[in-house]
Formats: sequence, structure tokens, C-alpha cells
Amino acid sequence: MIKRLILVFFFLTGLLPLIAGAELTVEIVGGAAQQIPIAIVPFSAPASTASQESVTDVIGADLSRSGLFRVLETRGVASQPHTLTDVKYSDWSAIQAQALTVGTVESLPGNRLKVSFRLLDVLKQNQLLAMEFNIAPSQQRTTAHKIADLIYEKLTGEKGVFATRITYVNKLNGRYALQVADADGFNPQTVVSSKEPIISPSWSPDGTKLAYVSFEKKKPIIFVQSLLSGQRMVLANFKGNNSAPAWSPDGKKLAIVLTYSANSQIYVINADGTGLQQVSFSSGIDTEPEWAPDGSAIYFTSNRGGGPQIYRMASTGGEAKRITFEGSYNVSPHISPDGKLLTYVKQDAKGFRIAVQDLATGQVQTLSETTQDESPSFAPNGRMILYATNIGGKGSLAAVSADGRVKQRLTDNGGDVREPSWGFAIN
Amino acid sequence: MKKSLLASAVLAALLAACSSTAVKDKPAAPVEDSSKSSAQTAPAPAADDGASTGTASQDSVGVNPLKDPNNILSKRSVYFDFDKDEVKAEYRPLVDAHAKYLQANPNAKVMIQGNADSRGSREYNLALGQRRSVAVKKAMNVVGAQDKQIETVSYGEEKATQTCKDDGCWSHDRRADIVYEGE
Repeated sequence: MIKRLILVFFFLTGLLPLIAGAELTVEIVGGAAQQIPIAIVPFSAPASTASQESVTDVIGADLSRSGLFRVLETRGVASQPHTLTDVKYSDWSAIQAQALTVGTVESLPGNRLKVSFRLLDVLKQNQLLAMEFNIAPSQQRTTAHKIADLIYEKLTGEKGVFATRITYVNKLNGRYALQVADADGFNPQTVVSSKEPIISPSWSPDGTKLAYVSFEKKKPIIFVQSLLSGQRMVLANFKGNNSAPAWSPDGKKLAIVLTYSANSQIYVINADGTGLQQVSFSSGIDTEPEWAPDGSAIYFTSNRGGGPQIYRMASTGGEAKRITFEGSYNVSPHISPDGKLLTYVKQDAKGFRIAVQDLATGQVQTLSETTQDESPSFAPNGRMILYATNIGGKGSLAAVSADGRVKQRLTDNGGDVREPSWGFAIN
Repeated sequence: MKKSLLASAVLAALLAACSSTAVKDKPAAPVEDSSKSSAQTAPAPAADDGASTGTASQDSVGVNPLKDPNNILSKRSVYFDFDKDEVKAEYRPLVDAHAKYLQANPNAKVMIQGNADSRGSREYNLALGQRRSVAVKKAMNVVGAQDKQIETVSYGEEKATQTCKDDGCWSHDRRADIVYEGE
């Protein structure tokens, strides 16, 4: 109960950590104008799981963090239903809830758990969703994220991203660790660590592999590593720098950057390291390739016109078209999953900030207010953009909604965190 | 306070528990090719490893010009403007002196390490650092240093100061360093 109080207090102040004890702590520093009021009654749970963080707490934290929900206090409500027959809708309309979630966690033979939940419309007094999960006890957090995703999708009409993973590089005690964590910062796993820098992690489209650049041989080399087996292979170790890997949407190829010709240029290589082909030919820097979602084009950063700007060319090469025109320094392009929005780092009078550009209209909106922002990437649903920022000389992560309304900060207790990339759903 | 301590402990436990690939840290020299013929940086003729020290790098009084603070060859850094890779006129004497040294000492080799300040994207800065190292190399080529004596590498912004707040600090990171083999 104390925990719930703390959660609600933090939510109201909007400035303090929602969840403590995780490696990355998520804070909400802004919210949507219209928030859906939802009541989540603590699920009944067997005594064996009583000491663990409850499924209900995780669902509530997820929905709050999205900025689109207002999770209501349920303690003072007379009825505490767990099943449909126990629900008295008048109790919930009295606290202005529009939606209500009830559920149970039950022990099953063989050390399994059955998690059941229902999502109810308080105004219409009907059931919107009902589902059961048969899980191992270790899957409680993931199941809670999946339930939060289902509630989010039902009530907002777009897919949730709570049961997804992110990757980032954490510099801790002089070592660089490439890590993968749940989207709420929990459950961090180190994929690879080195005394030399690691940059530019890129998810394979199936979410099972990461390509990244490691300086462990005193120069940048591209590796591809399986998250399932931990095995890794050298994808590119050519003369000069090997960097900026980006998977094609079909997972068969990667765009990479080599300085084979002394100047950074874009190449395409098969995922097994064969079939290298140069696709950009300029006398300036061409780097940071990013595939359009349909694989037909590659967006990239080039200073061919003087300062760095973002261009687009066919993924087989050819003439490039300039995409960004505001300001003299626009880098690190990333495309929304629907292909309609471009996010990038834009230098203006205030510093280096995250911008989003509507590719159809060319309209640009600056989303972040900090001054040293880098490495933006879209969440799989296209709503949030995860990026790196610098607070007090230390790297940390932040996220902002593509409309600029919802802002989150993910801070690490000890490390210097950079180079984030939002990945895919947890299976 | 307790919470962050606890969190650190949890993190440490997680880090220890998860199966990961730890890269072995080799104490490798920055120059990959450690060829035998170069001992330019030996501090004195009587090196106690018994190897014959190169006399080419030492002047008549036995002081290594590369280490002599009164010699321009002891200066190793070329600084650049933001988002630029042109070698500015003020660094020409430094670059020329090293090029002439390489010309006079055909066995000497250098690694030119390009760097950028911490602002902007890491990948763009990696490419920019590369162009800075290549710009210094080309300036040396003009004066007669041979390609085979010069290697280039970029560290991008990876060696940059993270706590800079003004250009006095950032400008220090926008540089190419000339490092002789064996140093």
C-alpha cells in the first residue's frame, strides 16, 4: 500500500522517479492534454507471490508513463472486485473512472501462474477485453507489460510498446557495456563489454540480433551478435573505419559506412558479410544510413553541400535528394515505422536538439529542450522517440512523443548512458 | 540514498549474473605494425634492451628531437574549427616539420589520430575525425612524407571531454594528434 501511495505521489508531482530499484529510472516530465482516467483494482494474488512487485503496479506504471492515462487511486473505493460479477459500476463512475481493470493471479500445478484480467467500460457498463495468461512466475513483469499494451491499444487505438526492448551503451567504471533492457529500464542484460568504445547499435528487424561498432581492435569494426546464443561475427573489418550499420527491413542486408577510399561512404553488404557494394559516391562525408520502411530508399547524412544535411537516395544508389533545409547542421536520420516522419538532430541557436519533420509537408518541429541531444529512434508504434541527452556532463536517455507533448527521462544510477535504439516486442 | 545503493547492488548482481561476451583488453600499441627497424623513441643511446638504437632520430647532443620541448617536433596536435577539416595556416610549420622529419627518417612511421568535440552525432564525428586525420596526412604528403609512413585513424568524439560547456573546452577536442610508432 505504501508503494501505491509513492507511485501516485510521484505521478502527481511529475518530477520524481516512478520506479526505483531499476537500473534506468523513468520520470515523466510532461503529459498529454487529454488523459484517460483508469482505475486498476489490485489483482487478487496467491500468498506465494505476495512479496513480489504486483502485476497491477507494473500495469499502472506503464500506463502512467505513456502520459495518455491518469491512473486513479482505488484504495478508498468500497468494492474491490476481482471478477466481473463483483463489479459495481456506480463505485467507479463516482471517482470519474472511464475504464476499470480487474483481475486475478492464481497458482497452477507445476509452479505456473494463471493471470486473468478484464478491461471494462465504466460509462457503458460493458466488457472491452478479457484474457488469461498461463505463465512461469518469472514472466510476471512481461505479462503485466503485455496487459498494459492490450489496455493501451483498446483505449487509444494504437499499438502499445510496453512489452518491447531498448538497447544502449552504458559506460561504467571505465568500461563500455552494450546493454539490452525492457522499455521501462528493468531487466538490463549486458550483450558485450569492452574497455574501448562501443557505438551505433542497430536491431535486426526480427529483434534477435544486434549490429554494432566496437573499437576493441583500436579502430572501428562492425560486429553482428545474436542475442539468443551470444555468438558474434565480424561483419566488416576493412581498411580504415567500419561503422554506422543499419539493417534493411527484410533483414538480409546492412547498409554500412567504410573509409576504404579515405572518405566515409555508404556501402551495402549481405548479412553474412558477402557481396559488398558501394552505393554512395561523393567527395564529402556520407554516413548514418537508414532504410525507408519499404527498403526502397536509404536516408543518410552528408556534408556534400557544405554542412551536414539529410539526403535520400535509392537503396541501390544513384542521385541523392536533399531532405532537410532548416539550419546548417542536421544529422542522425531515423524514419517512423509508417515512413511518414523523419526524426533527426538539429543544431540551432540553443544547441543540438531532437527535431521531427513531416516528409510530405516538410514541416519541422523541435521536440527537445536540452542542448546536447543525440541518436533519436522511433518506438515500434511511432508515437515516442527515444534519444540520448547530456545532463551535468553525464549521458542519460530521454523520450518524447512525436507530437512533443509527452516527455520522459530515463536516468541511470551510476553509468553514463548513450547511443540508445528502440527495438521490438518481447516474445 | 538507500534506494540508489540498493539499485547499484541489484545492477552489480545483474551484471555479474548475465552471460555476456567480455572483450579481452589487449595492451596493444596504437600502431598495429610494430616493425623492428624503428627505435626512434629510445630515450638514450644505451637502451638496456640491447637493441641498437636509431641514430637518425637523435641530434648531435643525443636529445631526441621528437621529445625536445624546444623543438617544434615535440608539438603534435593540429586544431580545427567546428565541423571543419582544413589544416589552418598556423599549423603548417608544425605539419611541415613532421613531414620533413619523416622524409629524413624513412623508417619512421606515424599514426595520425583524428578527433572531434562531443557535440552532434558520434557517427558524423567519426567521419569528421577521419577527414581531419587525412587532411594532415595530405599536407604531409605535399612536403614529401610517403604514404607508407603514415597511417590514419579516427576516434570521432570517443576521446572527447564530456563536461565541456564552452568553445574553449570544445576547441581542445577538435584536433588531430601525430603519434610516432613505438610511442
